Amino acid sequence: MAKFRIKRYNPEKQAEPYYEEFDYDIPEGATLLDCLNHLKWNVDGTLTYRMSCRSAICGSCAMKGNGHALLACQKQAAHLLKDGSDTITIEPLGNMPVIKDLATDFQQFWDKVDQVKPYLQNKEKPPERERQQSPQQFRKIDDATTCIMCGACYSDCNVLEVDKNFLGPAALAKAQRFVGDSRDQATRDRIKELSKPGGMWDCTHCGECVERCPKPAEPFYRIKELMAVGLEEGVTNNVGARHALSFVKSVKHSGRLNESKIPIESMGYFNIKGLLDLVPVGLRMLLKMKIPPIIHKPIDDAKDVRRIFEEFGE
Amino acid sequence: MKFALFTGCVAKGATRELMLATIKSAEALGIDFIEMKSAACCGAGVISEKNPVLTDAINARTFALAEEQGLDIITICSTCQGNLKKSECHLDEDVEYKDKINHVLKDGGHQYEGGKIKIKHFSNILATPEGKALLKEKIKRPLTGLKTAGFYGCYVLRPSELSEYEDPDNPKELEELFEILGATPVYYPSRIKCCGFPIIMMNKDASHAMAGNALIEAVEGGADCVVTGCPLCHLSLDSYQPEIESMQKKHYSIPILHLPQLVALALGFSPEEIGMDKHIVSTVGLDKILAQHA
Repeated sequence: MAKFRIKRYNPEKQAEPYYEEFDYDIPEGATLLDCLNHLKWNVDGTLTYRMSCRSAICGSCAMKGNGHALLACQKQAAHLLKDGSDTITIEPLGNMPVIKDLATDFQQFWDKVDQVKPYLQNKEKPPERERQQSPQQFRKIDDATTCIMCGACYSDCNVLEVDKNFLGPAALAKAQRFVGDSRDQATRDRIKELSKPGGMWDCTHCGECVERCPKPAEPFYRIKELMAVGLEEGVTNNVGARHALSFVKSVKHSGRLNESKIPIESMGYFNIKGLLDLVPVGLRMLLKMKIPPIIHKPIDDAKDVRRIFEEFGE
Repeated sequence: MKFALFTGCVAKGATRELMLATIKSAEALGIDFIEMKSAACCGAGVISEKNPVLTDAINARTFALAEEQGLDIITICSTCQGNLKKSECHLDEDVEYKDKINHVLKDGGHQYEGGKIKIKHFSNILATPEGKALLKEKIKRPLTGLKTAGFYGCYVLRPSELSEYEDPDNPKELEELFEILGATPVYYPSRIKCCGFPIIMMNKDASHAMAGNALIEAVEGGADCVVTGCPLCHLSLDSYQPEIESMQKKHYSIPILHLPQLVALALGFSPEEIGMDKHIVSTVGLDKILAQHA
């Protein structure tokens, strides 16, 4: 017998959320959604959650199982019982307000997707038939097009937990779907928008979105593709782009990172406020002699590394 | 046990105390580390923002160096570990891609064959049955009474298919090591989250808020210190702790240790011998806790 510990909340009736436990003997092969359906249909009809396709296509039944976002229809309930535990904790998605029980309000999620203009921008007169793409051209956006907007990545995004201004993984993956589209003509404008605070350079590389994504969309990797386009397009008047350029330059030069230079080059020599921000931590580290060696020493055979950089176009 | 030590840039730069503690603890354990002095930076997930193929090429060169030494690679930084594993995966799953990169490496006298060496974080080695037995045998000063909160670092956990930990969504390896060393592990939700370091310059407030949340949870969980396997997490949690405290209007002053420092303490080294006096947040209180339980 397994225990389903479900986070319940009805704002019209309760001041605070609470956990309720349901016992259920998981049938062999049952998904988490199958189990929730059993509980709703046979035990407590007020239990609220979204569901539809039961085939990991519609993206409706995203929720948290044991603290991590997942699609309830894609996960076998028994697989959530680990280390001999008999309890599965079910909670609503994170980073969104709860409407009731496991149903969350996606309004901010959709607002952010809207913000990246998720439609083709092409000023040319439409052709008689469709605008075609070669298989090679489509491959660049193939992964991003698999996104089912389930919100799992958004739920577990570490940046969104602390900064609601961040566009978030789903919207950025959607942005890549159009930045990478051979038929779209607004690449530079899109990249400029995405380079602003709250955009692609605010991604903290935590990989949560890759881990939670139930499809090959894997937003973090799409964000990296956006960054590469940003640098290629020369949209570099921002800290994130300067950081990447300084990093590449440093490793090309000596085979290793020059930690003394990179903060200054990233902030930008004319970014007085940014540079002043570095002073307290810099002084603090200096007083403890917790600083990189004064003479930056290259790795042995740095020349070979430099050669490889040049061979690959840097 | 003998390994090729991939130091990473930060252990040779701003957190040289990590390097010191790694060498001391390895020597005391009888583990032979041969430093890879001609290995380049792993790219830290940043070079790949500009040039993903180049990242895999410089890491392929590192793997080739380890193959030439005939030794598995040990990392002491979660970021290095994750990035090397990613490149290894890219190279091993696509022979044509590997050939293209090897063609360039050839002029430097290197070739990456693949499948010959393993890439592991120091904590992975210590968490093997052999590593645990070695620790148990060599402990001189059990860390009794010390409550330690592990902080893993994203790159050793995600993507999970490249992680060397058994259950990356709920890892236990660091906590098991703490218990072997005599310390008491503290479990808290943020132990597997991001420290915020990658965006410390792009979005300072968000970065500090991430680190701050981890610190608050660790303190509220009763931890005396946070222990991390990643020097970048260390910089975020230790060097910037005064900024985090002032932003969150809280005062916790919780010491942050590198994992090899914790190991070295249990092996009998003094805090000064392993560079704990170099930290921004004082670690003196830890000695008092240990003395009380000695």
